[in-house]
Amino acid sequence: MADQPAPVARLSDAVVRYPARSVGPIDLTVQPGDILAIVGASGAGKSTALRLLAGLERPDQGQALTTPGRTGLVFQAPTLMPWASALDNVALPLDLARIPRVQARDRAAAALAAVGLGDRLDARPHQLSGGMAMRVALARALVDRPALLLLDEPFAALDSVTRRRLIEDLHRLWVEGAPRPAVVFVTHDVDEAVYLAARTVVLDAATGAVAAAVASPGVLPRPAEWRLDPAYRTAVETVAAALAATMEAAT
Amino acid sequence: MKRLIDIAAPWLLLALLLGVWEAACRMAHIPPYFLPPPSAVAAALVTSAPILAASAAVTFGMALQALAVAFIIGGGLALLVSLSRPAEAAVRPLAVALQVTPVVAIAPLVLIWFGLDHADRAVVALAAAVAVFPLFSGVLTGLNSADPDLERLFDLYGASPWQRLWRLRLPSALPFVLEGVRVAAGLAVIGAVVAEFVSGSGAAQGLAWRLLEAGNRLRTADLLAALVWLTVMGLVLNAIIAAVERAITRRSGRPLAGG
Repeated sequence: MADQPAPVARLSDAVVRYPARSVGPIDLTVQPGDILAIVGASGAGKSTALRLLAGLERPDQGQALTTPGRTGLVFQAPTLMPWASALDNVALPLDLARIPRVQARDRAAAALAAVGLGDRLDARPHQLSGGMAMRVALARALVDRPALLLLDEPFAALDSVTRRRLIEDLHRLWVEGAPRPAVVFVTHDVDEAVYLAARTVVLDAATGAVAAAVASPGVLPRPAEWRLDPAYRTAVETVAAALAATMEAAT
Repeated sequence: MKRLIDIAAPWLLLALLLGVWEAACRMAHIPPYFLPPPSAVAAALVTSAPILAASAAVTFGMALQALAVAFIIGGGLALLVSLSRPAEAAVRPLAVALQVTPVVAIAPLVLIWFGLDHADRAVVALAAAVAVFPLFSGVLTGLNSADPDLERLFDLYGASPWQRLWRLRLPSALPFVLEGVRVAAGLAVIGAVVAEFVSGSGAAQGLAWRLLEAGNRLRTADLLAALVWLTVMGLVLNAIIAAVERAITRRSGRPLAGG
């Protein structure tokens, strides 16, 4: 373990207390270039884990190590500023970091081109389809070359074709990243988790603690045909069984 | 064809109502000081046009000044209050108290403050007091209406309070501000008229003064003509604001509040 690089984020026995319940303790280490999926029942604390990793929330107990200023975030909805063009939306993180306007626009244009929207720089969010708006959000999260990319059910609202295309885009962007960012994404969809991630973490439905961690076989990024591989199906079933077990225990 | 009917329908109804009114006045021999026929009102509109136009300009000017004052005070206060939650808790009850206070009731006080020689300033102040609440409320609601996930994103990227205000909260507030201005504009006209009733208008004589003068002299046709001017004034103000709204909406490429 001594030659392991320093993690980009780590939760150690992190507990967050809300008025009605508490979430945790969560133990989670994210290494540079890792792709990690978090699955769990609704209300298990998946979004809490993500907010802890982002540094948007502090644990009431335990520790959260984060990488401030080097984290990108994508929500379930594209969450774009409706009054701003795609280019200005993507340039937001750079503008807030006070990077000169021209330089910020150049980098934002490059980030939009990387998600296949190089021809829609001036489009307003209401002129974009759901999939395109999500790509803009992805470009915004990646424009400042984050060490950690957090995704909170980013594909949940999209149709299955658009969803697959975006997953492939995400893999491609991850491969092209220099260095590759660590990716943590929250999802309801076990198939998606196993396909996209190197490791899937199952959160306990009742406590939000880590109930199981299942490694996906094979090397990232995976070809689309890998969905037919028996090893993939086995991993999906293992995660699904672990998820079902936590939900049954909770009821 | 359907569109034509939609356009013609209100005019037809107006013509019908005026016709019934004219006929009723003539056939029932209603005395003109009680209810003059529309033809007499039309005649008053023509003969009194110069004097009514001048008075309308005075009232319109005072309403616009009041709107500007209310915008600066209400908007500015909302901006300050939005920066601190305790400040909002402190100011909101006072703002509501101001809203529910009948403007007529504070008129004598305001008149003392501005001096009887400056009744026009007292009118502007009173009209502004009526118009300030929707602007305060609209701007404050708007500033707090930003998408919470966008707020989180601004947290994540370490935005300064100024960046957050300028790049997120003010643009988010725009539709609510426009709605506040629309409501406040109508109230500013009402406030200006009521305030002029109560405090007089000094050297400048607005439409309210014309209404009182005509009423006192039982020149009911002149009174109704002044009312017509008031209505037209309200419509013009409304149309101006709607045009500004459309221009801003087109520029920012998005629907207004609630849309």
